[in-house]
Amino acid sequence: MQIHKYDTVIVGAGGAGMRAAIESTQRSRTAVLTKLYPTRSHTGAAQGGMCAALANVEEDNWEWHTFDTVKGGDYLVDQDAAEIMCKEAIDAVLDLEKMGLPFSRTEQGRIDQRRFGGHSRNHGEAPVRRSCYAADRTGHMILQTLFQNCVKHGVEFFNEFYVLDLLINDGKTAGVVAYELATGEIHVFQAKSVVFASGGTGKFFKVTSNAHTLTGDGQALVYRRGLPLEDMEFFQFHPTGIWRMGILLTEGARGEGGILRNKDGERFMERYAPVMKDLASRDVCSRAIYTEIREGRGCGPDGDHVYLDLTHLPPEQLDAKLPDITEFARTYLGIEPYTDPIPIQPTAHYAMGGIPTNVEGEVLRNNTDVVPGLYAAGEVACVSVHGANRLGTNSLLDINVFGKRAGIAAANYAETVDYTELPENPAEKVQALVDGLRESTGTESVAQIRKELQESMDTNAMVYRTGDTLKAAVADIAALRERYKNVAIQDKGQRYNTDLLEAVELGNLLDLAEVLAVSALAREESRGGHYREDFPTRDDKKFMQHTMAYQEVAADGTTSIRLDYKPVVTTRYQPMERKY
Amino acid sequence: MSTPTVEKHSAALDAAELGGVKLITVTVRIRRFNPEEHPDPVWVDYQLEMDPKERVLDALNKIKWEQDGTLTYRRSCAHGICGSDAMRINGRNRLACKTLLKDVNPEKPITIEAIKGLTVLKDLIVDMDPFFQAYKDVMPFLITKGNEPTRERLQTAEDRERFDDTTKCILCAACTSSCPVFWNDGQYFGPAAIVNAHRFIFDSRDEGAEQRLEILNDREGVWRCRTTFNCSEACPRGIEVTKAIQEVKRALVTRRF
Repeated sequence: MQIHKYDTVIVGAGGAGMRAAIESTQRSRTAVLTKLYPTRSHTGAAQGGMCAALANVEEDNWEWHTFDTVKGGDYLVDQDAAEIMCKEAIDAVLDLEKMGLPFSRTEQGRIDQRRFGGHSRNHGEAPVRRSCYAADRTGHMILQTLFQNCVKHGVEFFNEFYVLDLLINDGKTAGVVAYELATGEIHVFQAKSVVFASGGTGKFFKVTSNAHTLTGDGQALVYRRGLPLEDMEFFQFHPTGIWRMGILLTEGARGEGGILRNKDGERFMERYAPVMKDLASRDVCSRAIYTEIREGRGCGPDGDHVYLDLTHLPPEQLDAKLPDITEFARTYLGIEPYTDPIPIQPTAHYAMGGIPTNVEGEVLRNNTDVVPGLYAAGEVACVSVHGANRLGTNSLLDINVFGKRAGIAAANYAETVDYTELPENPAEKVQALVDGLRESTGTESVAQIRKELQESMDTNAMVYRTGDTLKAAVADIAALRERYKNVAIQDKGQRYNTDLLEAVELGNLLDLAEVLAVSALAREESRGGHYREDFPTRDDKKFMQHTMAYQEVAADGTTSIRLDYKPVVTTRYQPMERKY
Repeated sequence: MSTPTVEKHSAALDAAELGGVKLITVTVRIRRFNPEEHPDPVWVDYQLEMDPKERVLDALNKIKWEQDGTLTYRRSCAHGICGSDAMRINGRNRLACKTLLKDVNPEKPITIEAIKGLTVLKDLIVDMDPFFQAYKDVMPFLITKGNEPTRERLQTAEDRERFDDTTKCILCAACTSSCPVFWNDGQYFGPAAIVNAHRFIFDSRDEGAEQRLEILNDREGVWRCRTTFNCSEACPRGIEVTKAIQEVKRALVTRRF
């Protein structure tokens, strides 16, 4: 075991982690621990853009953006946080441009902007051009630009270091414990401040746009240390994933004029969202697609998908604005988007919930108090700027605004305090976890349990939910968690043991899937991405509050989930009926 | 609005919608290497039932998940964006997640081995540090002088287009590890680093081109390139790598960029 000492440790090297690292490296001695090489993160898969009211192509202001964000989140958004995000969005985009990001440009040479789902002029009047973009590779460009600037600032990366535990002593952050993939060695990183920026948890669904690596590692280990997880029942299903594969096709495709059609060729979104049509918010579009499918208007021999139609757009426009997604259609489906519509279905995309933080990125240990020295930003966190449904492009905004804030706050905090003493045997828990898996003589397979988990989640906890399906999910997950205790791996070695890694990741997914299902079962209303057929309306009286889920450990070691609730911060917008 | 394409399907769309039922038996032949077990690499055959429209990465996953959990490779996004899974498939560098089985002649054994020129650490995993070091050495970030403007720097769409091709790089190393010069001389910067230098040299906002060109004028710089076009063929993003290298060479001679 090795022990390292840094002022600030950042866990994760995607957009949020690298944005934080650029700030904290200039202020404190910082280490970035990442289970992947930095540019492998899923920020790079984001396509359509990052919204900011630059007003480069038409009138816009940050207050309209805030309203859209609050409305998009079905009034579960903390409005003070949304105001900060939408105000700071403008500088966040300009910061990236100054760092070198190659945005697509207007004829005047300014950053170009395009329409995106749920983003409107003057509180819902009509779609507005707000999304700053670089073709359909905005996430790729952000990730590359941030990595380039990390190189410039000499950020110290520990690549393929998998963080498996958070060390808290006397209520204060003391560091993290990591497993080095190349060698199997365990490393303790003592730190004054720790920033979790480890991304989402979409891999508990089968049809998902998420990378194999998005397994909720940060959420799970914080949760196991007794800290709450907020609003985990709110998961976004992106309307346009490639049929059966789940690969994301950007909303920017509809921003450029793409149309959703059913088997009759009908532009069905006109019936569901008369004003915003195909650019209604994602939850609305995804439900509409499933309604079409359920009512027999789906496409294909099994009627299990609909079409994203780009065939009326000029090929030059597709080449210039949507080159990657048209290539995906060619590569993975063998079709030509110039002339054929693309078969799509909703795909599990984004966790609105996560580790609760305040607007400085400080992690909450209950409704009001923070854990000194602990921060989170990006998809792993819940500020909450996304509420019950995130607007398209606001995730790239979130990682830049709150990644920067968390990086600054963590570094400044580190300057003011001494190290918290490491607990006795700091690596004990991780050593036991790793040894337990390596030495297990069990009979259960990681892949089999994961497959059953994903199937149950897709069947029971996706776009449409009921009390019965969620109870089925809870029961399935409980059974799978039992079987997981008897899981075994084949690779017993030290070197690049990805077999072991996948087993640990599955443990995280199981814990978080349970939190999602239990939180969703308790929320007897429909709001944003959480739709209960047995409670189809929003219930502001009972449920306009955030879910806070805690793991309780009984004396005999058995765990259970305790749910609590936290009030929503409302500043200027009172809840209204949500229409697009 | 007329919707002829929805009513009248092309053969390709029909094929896409009907597929997924015809499984074939595929043999995947992988060059395994684990120095913890044995000092030498060994080729191992795996047989599996696959839909030919699945990805090579799906085949690797199926082997790992159902047959041999010790098989080791890097992967993340699984759709050609993150750059984790460059490998030699039937002797050619490709991304496993962007290569469909039907496109690599699944009637015959499909050979898979680690990319060349970088030290193999285990199975398909190579040491990426020298690759990223070369990248860092070309100063892959915007260099500007003077005060920053309040708003964005202006750039015409035409100037933006000038370096568009090289912004697509995902640092997968498929190009660098396909280069015969790099195989023989690990000190050579390699195509990927030059691509990333190109991305800034031809960016109208950048003022660091002279410095970068000096670095690339080095003995191990662009002049080692023998224009074999392996890199362009290997690039999973379709970047015209050789052309980019040529443009850097020309900029060195003319000092115009």
